[in-house]
Amino acid sequence: MKRPGDFQTVNHSVPRLDGSVKVTGRAVFTGDVMLADMVHAKVLRSPYAHARILSVNTAAASERPGVIGVLTGADLEGLDPYYGHAVKDHPLLAMDKVRFVGEPVAAVIAIDELTAFEALEDIDVQYEELTPVMNVDLALDSDAIRIHEQVYAAGKFREFEDPQASRLSNICQEIHFEWGDVEAAFAKARYVVEGTFDYPKVYAYAMEPYTCVADVNDQGMIVYSCAQHPFIVRGDLASVFKVPLNQVRLIVPYIGGGYGSKSYTKIEPLTAACSWSVRRPVKLQLSVTEAMLTIRGDSAHVHIRTAVDENGKLVAREAKIYLDTGAYAENSPLVCRKAANRIVGPYRIPNVRVSGYAVYTNTVPASSLRGFGTAQVSFPGESQMDELAEKLRLDPVEFRLKNLAHRGECTHPKTSTASGAGKKERGALRPLDADILADVRLLEEVLRVGEPAPPKTGRAVGCSASDAGSKPVSSAIVHVYTDNSVSVLSGTTELGQGAHTVLAQIAAEEMGVELDKVRVIASDTGIVPFERSTGASRSTTVMGRVVLDACQDAIQQMVKMAAELWDTRPEKLAIVGGGVSFGKNHLSWGEVLEKHSEMAGFNIVGRAYLRQHGDLAQLPVFWEIGCVGLEISVDEETGKIRVEKLATVGDVGLAINPAMAEGQDLGAATMGLGVGLFEEMRYDGQELVNGSLLDYRLPRFSDMPGDIQLILAERQDGVGPYGAKGGGEGALNPIPACVANALYRASGVRIRELPLTPERVWRAIQEARRDQPES
Amino acid sequence: MKITITVNGQPRELEIEPQETLAQVLRDHCRLNGLKISCDVQVCGVCTVLVDGLPVSACTYLAYEARNRKVETIEGLTTPEHGLHPLQQAFIDEFAFQCGFCTPGMIMSAKAFLDQNQEINDQDLITHMDGTICRCTGYLPIIRAVKRAAKVMGKTVRE
Repeated sequence: MKRPGDFQTVNHSVPRLDGSVKVTGRAVFTGDVMLADMVHAKVLRSPYAHARILSVNTAAASERPGVIGVLTGADLEGLDPYYGHAVKDHPLLAMDKVRFVGEPVAAVIAIDELTAFEALEDIDVQYEELTPVMNVDLALDSDAIRIHEQVYAAGKFREFEDPQASRLSNICQEIHFEWGDVEAAFAKARYVVEGTFDYPKVYAYAMEPYTCVADVNDQGMIVYSCAQHPFIVRGDLASVFKVPLNQVRLIVPYIGGGYGSKSYTKIEPLTAACSWSVRRPVKLQLSVTEAMLTIRGDSAHVHIRTAVDENGKLVAREAKIYLDTGAYAENSPLVCRKAANRIVGPYRIPNVRVSGYAVYTNTVPASSLRGFGTAQVSFPGESQMDELAEKLRLDPVEFRLKNLAHRGECTHPKTSTASGAGKKERGALRPLDADILADVRLLEEVLRVGEPAPPKTGRAVGCSASDAGSKPVSSAIVHVYTDNSVSVLSGTTELGQGAHTVLAQIAAEEMGVELDKVRVIASDTGIVPFERSTGASRSTTVMGRVVLDACQDAIQQMVKMAAELWDTRPEKLAIVGGGVSFGKNHLSWGEVLEKHSEMAGFNIVGRAYLRQHGDLAQLPVFWEIGCVGLEISVDEETGKIRVEKLATVGDVGLAINPAMAEGQDLGAATMGLGVGLFEEMRYDGQELVNGSLLDYRLPRFSDMPGDIQLILAERQDGVGPYGAKGGGEGALNPIPACVANALYRASGVRIRELPLTPERVWRAIQEARRDQPES
Repeated sequence: MKITITVNGQPRELEIEPQETLAQVLRDHCRLNGLKISCDVQVCGVCTVLVDGLPVSACTYLAYEARNRKVETIEGLTTPEHGLHPLQQAFIDEFAFQCGFCTPGMIMSAKAFLDQNQEINDQDLITHMDGTICRCTGYLPIIRAVKRAAKVMGKTVRE
């Protein structure tokens, strides 16, 4: 394998290929797409969390000048209106009931956005209010009102052991597994800590709100959307409209941020249904307020206990995780499964019992969000690591080093898993492919965790391990042209993470050409081959590897061509510097193609396809490591926390582009700070009460620490190209727990509910002072 | 109503509705799609353009208020003679964007700051830029980029 120093393009911080279009305002996002004859839709949303729809009268709205059509749940005859890759429970417009405030009930299509918006007030909807189920406790009551009154079919991209998609309760998904003898281990333990932790509902705030342009006609449909996973959206649209896959063409321009919130299907079925109904191209552009009513991250209520023996070794962990999944399943069944896996952490724990529940409530649906269940469970898990270290009178770093699993160890052994009705054996997860102990030591060097901190400041480190990469089904095509230029055709979407630059770097490295000779053609399902998704930090690892394979396929073909030209056998040729040599003869790849085809402008096609097979048979594809540390100061008079220092270790195997890998870590850590310090979607009664950026607080320039250290650990220990592994989520996951642990060390208060707002911190400090008056 | 706005140096006569925002007019009438709209409530700074050299949130600024004034957008920064503006080049060099959605507003906000200050320091820069949100980068690369551009533009940068 090539080592750092051997690479021409890879492992260099080359400028992003989307640089000049993004800094000049020329990058095209979905909202910039204009089609001839295009009209605009706006959505009428439910004012009730839970209500039966008695009638919808659209007559007055339809008669308004400029209105082209009005669509309601009653107008969808001929379609299969329910979508959902995991559970087919989500109607594109409310059918019989509404299940959250903000659910789309009707859409107006008009000549412009303002006309459509103004016509919404002319739609008269009569509701019969039902008892709203606003939280998990109410939803799990034995006599709870049911949010869904039917059993739905499983979605096609469920990828679950459990075939049952839903059951007649408010539990959308449950998962249970255990290994060892948990009861005996707790009985013998030296110390046990136990507690309940709450993680808030979070808004991803992709700065570009959901936007879609759909053109449905008898040739099929073309849909422009800011979708992270266009192929899965294609599948859902084919199912809704009962058409073959090849009639649905998804085109994804640049995406204005995703962070998981644009994974899977969102407003595409509704936009396409509007176009289907008026037979014209339709644009639906949501506002940020509407985006906040479209998807959020799962909140979590976790009851957890963890035990150690007298030598400071972890002996047992038991956890019950309750995710508030909102009104529809979206991706929460998978978030639930991942959260359950990840609450074990990167530690050796011989006795483990975990139950996870994704629970329907009458709130905005929850789904993937950067970290994907890990931050929700790292908060309790890493909080208890610090609690146990204190009981043992050990330094928290030393305690972690004692218990971290080593590379090659299996943290998740074979176990029986029960989800719903039946029990099933589940194979062991892939052994750890990272040296986290070394990562922690790198962190310790820059953060000096063990040294005394100034008064009212606290330091903390945190670790996490996420089973990442999703299901590795991926394909790519590479075109090589007679002028030595190269195109990569890939289904990976560019949402800012820099995947297109990384893929081009890999292709340039393999083909031996300059980076400016490579173009990436992406995310048009009519042109590029299948890619499951752009998420779970998979693109460098899985798509990167399949692009590398496609380059090799092209090279093999061109070596054969050259052998024919030189009338020799392919084995006699040597691949040298962007071409091929035979004795003293050398031809560039372009020359091989032009001489062989006797045609200028010719190109050949290299292709490759990966599936869950061979060295990718055992999941996860890789473990995504979170290893971060920070120092905070606390103003005890106001409760305000200021982050003074931040350090991250990106355990990425090999950074294809080191500057971009560091950028991912800083971006992820900053999102983690948001949740740690102030981000929370608040409900009061049936409604989201801070559903706009006036009230939802996000990290700003002035919140950033003055001292930021971004470290990359490159040990080439991943299954991706040149030993690479994914990044971009890990640095978020332990951050909220680090803030809580650092707060404890600064002020002696242990808070088990996020975010750690000034008010919450101040109250906790006041309470502690009352309980322990100074002597 | 008819108004005249000088957009990136070119006087434009525009037929507008009184309630139209500058963002709508620049995007829909002038087809300057580099301007992006996000929060709609003057919080995120994504829609920042310069009116007579000062940054405004075009999402809540009435186009009427810009009549007979000079408006600069991201499209005006690049010139055939000079190519990219030093800020644009610095944003590329410092990886100061990821998704790129906030970038036009971020660069325009930074331009106003650099145009007004011959000597800059971190604190003033952060205070000025605090009204523009970036969800991707964690801000540090943006601060580096603005300082790099400042040096190229002959400003004094106090560390």
